[in-house]
Amino acid sequence: MSFTAKELKAFLQSVVDTVEENKDYLSELDRKLGDGDHGVTMSIGWQAVQEKLQGELHDEENCGKISITAGRTFLSAVGSTVGPLYATGFLRGGKEVQGKTELSGEDLYNFWNAFIEGIKERGQAEVGDKTMVDTLQPALGTLKLEYEKSGDFTGAFTKAVASAKEGMESTKDLLSKKGRSSRLGERSLGNQDPGATSSYLILSAFESVITSVQTV
Amino acid sequence: MKKLINNPNHVVEEMIDGYAKAHPQHVRVLSENSRSIVTARETADGKVGVLIGGGSGHEPAFMGYVGPGMADGVAVGNIFASPPPDPILEATKAIDKGAGVIYVYGNYAGDLMNFGMAAELAELEADIQVGKVIVTDDVASAPKEEKEKRRGIAGEFFVTKVAGAASEKGYSLEDVVRVANKANDQTRTMGVGLSPCSLPQTGKPSFELEENEMEIGLGHHGEPGIEKGDLQPADQVADRLVHDILADMPLGEGEKVAVLVNGLGSTTKMELYIVFRRVEQILNEKGIQIHRSFVGDYSTSLEMGGCSVTLIKLDDELTEFVDAPADCPMYVQR
Repeated sequence: MSFTAKELKAFLQSVVDTVEENKDYLSELDRKLGDGDHGVTMSIGWQAVQEKLQGELHDEENCGKISITAGRTFLSAVGSTVGPLYATGFLRGGKEVQGKTELSGEDLYNFWNAFIEGIKERGQAEVGDKTMVDTLQPALGTLKLEYEKSGDFTGAFTKAVASAKEGMESTKDLLSKKGRSSRLGERSLGNQDPGATSSYLILSAFESVITSVQTV
Repeated sequence: MKKLINNPNHVVEEMIDGYAKAHPQHVRVLSENSRSIVTARETADGKVGVLIGGGSGHEPAFMGYVGPGMADGVAVGNIFASPPPDPILEATKAIDKGAGVIYVYGNYAGDLMNFGMAAELAELEADIQVGKVIVTDDVASAPKEEKEKRRGIAGEFFVTKVAGAASEKGYSLEDVVRVANKANDQTRTMGVGLSPCSLPQTGKPSFELEENEMEIGLGHHGEPGIEKGDLQPADQVADRLVHDILADMPLGEGEKVAVLVNGLGSTTKMELYIVFRRVEQILNEKGIQIHRSFVGDYSTSLEMGGCSVTLIKLDDELTEFVDAPADCPMYVQR
């Protein structure tokens, strides 16, 4: 088992890079539904996290501290709607792995469980509302099912990301019910939700890191 | 879109820096958080603190409304984005005079979460009592039976004004919350967008409109409205806006209102006064008395074109607070 603080930081760095690459794409999706700043907001937040990765967190080995610092940093940099949502994910996930320098498959399973449940609780959205929950909930459902069946976290997470992708794509056919875009009614149809998209990007970034290390 | 800026990523910091340096008699930025701006004056012990805030891009809202008779502090977010809990919390600590602090903010998911988290922290960490008033004046944003889902737009000006004046008068936190909620209940806004705005970071228009189109029931972050329509002359636009407000909040003959005709950023005063002229005619015909009028940019959306009309129905208590003086960097009333 070799998912250590180093890999957790590699995951966060991978989110930083992915968000930068997809900044314009996320803003473009948001222009159709909202005020067009989702990519910008994500970028501001993750650039702030990157600064921490290069500074305060450079030699940090406590996985809980790393995740909690990332969450707090993101929140302080962006506010907005996504700030409290993603921050809650990282704070709750971080709490699950507090004090640990190396994470087992079960730790990672607990991390993502708490991450997704935290976001759901903070945002009070349901599947079908056309939000990040449409990506996160199917991912969690698959993760639970597969992990309990096999005990193989990496395999379960890979399947969870496939469910996340379907969930993300399903938002194209949904009417917005939450947030600013809920006023659009039928005009929200046909457009993929930017929050569901950024959630998918975060999960796939984690998948890339987890599949590149040896886990049990 | 051409903008007079330096680095798009630094627009909020540079705006705050310029604002604080231009108005040192009125405001100061807290050393604890560069997004927390508070009044420069020493407020009286026992005065309820009034804290407002929201995204940047709505100037003079919200930071322009710090001063006697209005807000004591403001938390400044990124463009069109709620401020995080930190600057809200620091401003809360700075303006608390032992009587608690009232938060007045719009009904947006981000503001609800961030101000909500800040209120919890203020009570936990600093033992400051916080009252929350959530503004829901935009009639276009949800039907009447779902008023609690409606957004706060230009009507936030009246709710802040009432809260500020009531706190200045020495009302308790409970009473400031009560009158601010009453002001919100009696306030309705309806707007139209004629041209989009663009975020400094992307430079792209927030929505697309043909030359002969308008967005009815605008979103004041540049999000699309409830329907697109053919561009109409000012009188017809004013008719539609006032009609939708009165359909939602009936006003009878002899009742009294204050009117706000608000520009969205790039609308000229000429246009706003032409709209006001028609609003006055309609209300006059119905025997509704205009007690006081406000015409200008009170809550903008960067350089969006168009306007909104807000009516607040007045009783004696609200009249007193709407009439009360205020002295802010971007708004003065004698």
